[in-house]
Amino acid sequence: MSEAFSQGLPVATRERPATRLVLTLFTVVLLVLFLLLPLAVVFTEALSHGLGKIRDSLTDPEAITSIELTLLVAAISVPLNSVCGVAAAWCIGRFQFPGRSLLITLIELPFSVSPVISGLVWVLLFGANGWFGPMLDRAGLRIIFAVPGLVLATVLVTFPFVARTLIPLMQEQGASEEEAAITLGAGLWQMFWRVTLPNIRWGLLYGVLLCNARAMGEFGAVAVVSGHIRGQTMTMPLQVEALFNDYDWVGAFTIAGLLSLLALVTLAVKAALEYRIGERSGALL
Amino acid sequence: MSVELRGLRKNYGRAAALDDVSLTIRDGEFLALLGPSGSGKTTLLRTLAGLEFADSGEVIINGRPMHGVPARERGIGFVFQHYALFRHMTVARNVAFGLEVLPRGRRPAASAIRSRVQDLLDLMEIGNLGGRYPEQISGGQRQRVALARALAIEPRVLLLDEPFGALDAKVRKSLRVWLRQLHDRMGLTSIFVTHDQAEAMEMADRIAVLRGGRIVQVDAPETLYAEPVDSFVHEFMGESEKLQCSVIDGLAVIDGLPDAAFATDCPKGPAIALIRPHEVEVLPGPGPVRVESVHVNGPMRRLRLMLAGQVLEVLKPEDAWLPVAGETCNVDLARARIYPVERAAR
Repeated sequence: MSEAFSQGLPVATRERPATRLVLTLFTVVLLVLFLLLPLAVVFTEALSHGLGKIRDSLTDPEAITSIELTLLVAAISVPLNSVCGVAAAWCIGRFQFPGRSLLITLIELPFSVSPVISGLVWVLLFGANGWFGPMLDRAGLRIIFAVPGLVLATVLVTFPFVARTLIPLMQEQGASEEEAAITLGAGLWQMFWRVTLPNIRWGLLYGVLLCNARAMGEFGAVAVVSGHIRGQTMTMPLQVEALFNDYDWVGAFTIAGLLSLLALVTLAVKAALEYRIGERSGALL
Repeated sequence: MSVELRGLRKNYGRAAALDDVSLTIRDGEFLALLGPSGSGKTTLLRTLAGLEFADSGEVIINGRPMHGVPARERGIGFVFQHYALFRHMTVARNVAFGLEVLPRGRRPAASAIRSRVQDLLDLMEIGNLGGRYPEQISGGQRQRVALARALAIEPRVLLLDEPFGALDAKVRKSLRVWLRQLHDRMGLTSIFVTHDQAEAMEMADRIAVLRGGRIVQVDAPETLYAEPVDSFVHEFMGESEKLQCSVIDGLAVIDGLPDAAFATDCPKGPAIALIRPHEVEVLPGPGPVRVESVHVNGPMRRLRLMLAGQVLEVLKPEDAWLPVAGETCNVDLARARIYPVERAAR
């Protein structure tokens, strides 16, 4: 009886060896087929005509512009979303106020709406025929088919990442450490820098990484507002598509390879973080 | 430092968390706020600390009204229910926090802070734990760290929210005595919240009993136990046996027991008589009371009596006269207290 009980839990997971083998093989095959193979294709295609060709593709002015533009867009939208995300998560995690659940829904909206729509709303607002289009035209400002549009579209699409990671974390941690800081004489900023931020730092970093990955890789929303002006409004994902349509296989796969590398680095950092967090008894996520 | 509360009121939606609370805590006093959960005791403590704000009424500390004074400037030490230690800081840095956030002019030098922290840790008898993190120490040790951290700012008043709630019974008992001694030695004015009447009676100079946001009675522990103002306090302060009775012409008569009548100033109508199990006198029968059972209860005997359809539990020392199960006897209920029947509980 006691023996059966002590072994009770693993029984359900003790499949026959054959079943286990089949399941494992199935997973591995799927992984290779759908994840590793495409990734390998990207790099082999890029390398198919030698390193010289890759250098040519990377030094092409259009390619350089697309890389710079992608980094610029990420450099603006990621910090912006991090600050807004922390502020929103703090409000939602700490206070009860009317419209709180509406705010949560709004924050999640970009997740549920197609990125194309996230791009289109800016065209409808600031495009030549949009609500504010004529006004901006008179002022000589360009948002759509220009860098500001790219930033706006990216910010909208990537807004939820930081806030969404932090809200459950801050709710779980509760406000008592912050209250303790206040009763000990800390001001609001002292409380934030010394108590709030250190407590959420791993979660925040995780959210920022996810946000960054999406900001650099976003295609749909950016495609709508970009106008595809070569050497001016083409981010890396757009450049890949354009080169591909030009039958410039090596060029397309070189940029794609670079994007993949950026994603892989992000993934590696994320994995390292998760390992670190796991070591600290899963206290933070 | 004396603390005075005047007519505090606070509502959450339609429910009153504090309902006209007035109370004066004397300098050097150790006061317990006692009540069931939801009685408003934690809200009262947080209002004192400035973490919550009353809708009306005043908090006055040492003669100074606290209206508009933010929590960080009240100089009140607060020990949170689950300690709320900063989990990313060592014990020493936790204790140093209140000194490190002082404006530059008033902040002691780093070396002075370090020695102050060590002194406090020594005072708490945890001088060797400065380098540990909160998750690496026991619950009782965390409690001491929380206290050291609160005392580091030399508070005028110390507030403790269920300070022993998360500890096991043994640690709890030793910490009670230790905390009370600390309070006396440091000349603090302390207010602590608890739902455990034994804890309140053991530690406090006076106990304020709260119910539904109101203070029902404030008295020294022995007065509170001996002279509860109403049936709620009576039942909350210790084991109570309840008997239905009726009041006619200033006399309370236990239902079905017309011979037992007591003078009372309780208004006419149905009432209840409350008596503690050890206050019942059991006398040899034959009589109207039937003995259902007799059980051993440590050095005491617990008798289960039936009188006119009502159950009465009685505690007697083992060397007292005791009836045996099945026989009849008499009881003397002279020490019972008569209270009017409460209207449906809020």
